[in-house]
Amino acid sequence: MDSDKVQIRTLGLDLYYGYAHVLKKIELDIGRRAVTAFIGPSGCGKSSYLRCLNRMNDFIPSARITGRIELEGMDILSAETDVIALRRRVGMVFQRPNPFPMSIYDNVAYGPRLNGIKDKERLDEIVKRSLNAAALWDEVKIKLNQPGTGLSGGQQQRLCIARAIATEPDVLLMDEPTSALDPMATARIEELVRELKEHYTVVIVTHNMQQAARISDMTAFFLLGELIEYDRTARIFTSPSDKRTEDYISGRFG
Amino acid sequence: MTINTRKRLESDLDELKRMIFLMGRMAGSALENAVTALKDRNIEAARRVLESDDLIDELEEKIDNCCMEFAARYQPLGEDLRAVTSLMHIAVDLERIGDYGGNIAKVAIEIAHREPAKPLVDIPRMVDQVVKMLKTALTALDTRSPELALSVFPMDDRVDDLEKDIARELFEILMENPERIEQSFQLMNVSRTLERAGDHATNVAERVAYMYTGKTTRASLHRRKREE
Repeated sequence: MDSDKVQIRTLGLDLYYGYAHVLKKIELDIGRRAVTAFIGPSGCGKSSYLRCLNRMNDFIPSARITGRIELEGMDILSAETDVIALRRRVGMVFQRPNPFPMSIYDNVAYGPRLNGIKDKERLDEIVKRSLNAAALWDEVKIKLNQPGTGLSGGQQQRLCIARAIATEPDVLLMDEPTSALDPMATARIEELVRELKEHYTVVIVTHNMQQAARISDMTAFFLLGELIEYDRTARIFTSPSDKRTEDYISGRFG
Repeated sequence: MTINTRKRLESDLDELKRMIFLMGRMAGSALENAVTALKDRNIEAARRVLESDDLIDELEEKIDNCCMEFAARYQPLGEDLRAVTSLMHIAVDLERIGDYGGNIAKVAIEIAHREPAKPLVDIPRMVDQVVKMLKTALTALDTRSPELALSVFPMDDRVDDLEKDIARELFEILMENPERIEQSFQLMNVSRTLERAGDHATNVAERVAYMYTGKTTRASLHRRKREE
């Protein structure tokens, strides 16, 4: 990948949880304003790697990381890095929609308020823009004061996406964002992901290979903590170079 | 994918391959029988070839439908995806080869009552070579051997050489015997048809190689190299 297109660069990354060697010597460049999918069987390290990208592993006491991850040249793993500022730049959407127990409006305004924005008009504008970008505005504009938890599953997930982009991050991490949704809601999120890459770098972990094939530009296949193959998505799903990738995508294991 | 689903996928893929083998045998026989009918000036045998062409067309449609059903049911990726798209392409090539058998059978019927332009020697050689190529390509499909598939490319050179020899010879005949112009032209058409059938057999081989390696190998590259 051309270095001017790289948003996140990972160099010789190893991750341990206690004695378990979870990620082994990962080297990977994630492209700017592109969708990158991580696939692999459960326990292969893909979610653990995703969580390294915004230091979510800091919450796990036994976690130990060596190597380097650079976000536009900034060392993510350095002790000096302001983790709060990092997570502002690298937002995350989880498997299950997790709206805060507050109104739709407050859910989206939560991050900007934390960042010190108090001006009502400014907040209104951010909320509208974020909900629009998450393809939810038209459905909720007349009920912004109702609780976010009252929305359907798919709407809740789009609300979480709106919340994640309200702080204008550079990168959006998504950990199986549609695994709890029905096919229609899934299709909307997938459509949304394709739109989001106009402005954001999206990294998505998915167990659904057809989903990875549909929405991503690049795909990385992980197995037992190793990055086995990383290539253009079309190539990974038609003629991968590694036998293990071939076996995984054709359902021979995993 | 569960182990059972994987097993079902594989058995459906085997069934698709079996239909392709059957179609390949029918297309090869159509070519052979048409040339035999031409050689023996046997109108009855030529008619049977024309009838068999309908069966080949039906089989192609069936394979097409089964491939679509396979894609819808399993949403295949990797080699499975390459297999299903390749088998669809191969079915088209085989259907075309079957058509060529029909075309030759029509010529056989047209010129059966005429004095032959010349004794048929090279045209039966050509059909033997084309059928051999087809069989090799399908054996490669059966035995999962891309190497065997690639060995079909140079075999097509002989078909091309024979076609050129036949054209040269027929040209001389028709210059000297204007009363045989009609038959000579018809035989030239037959040899050109067989040359095309050879190209389709080569396509089948190309597809088999792609299916098992994921790499595109073009017979045209082989041809270009040979011409240089």
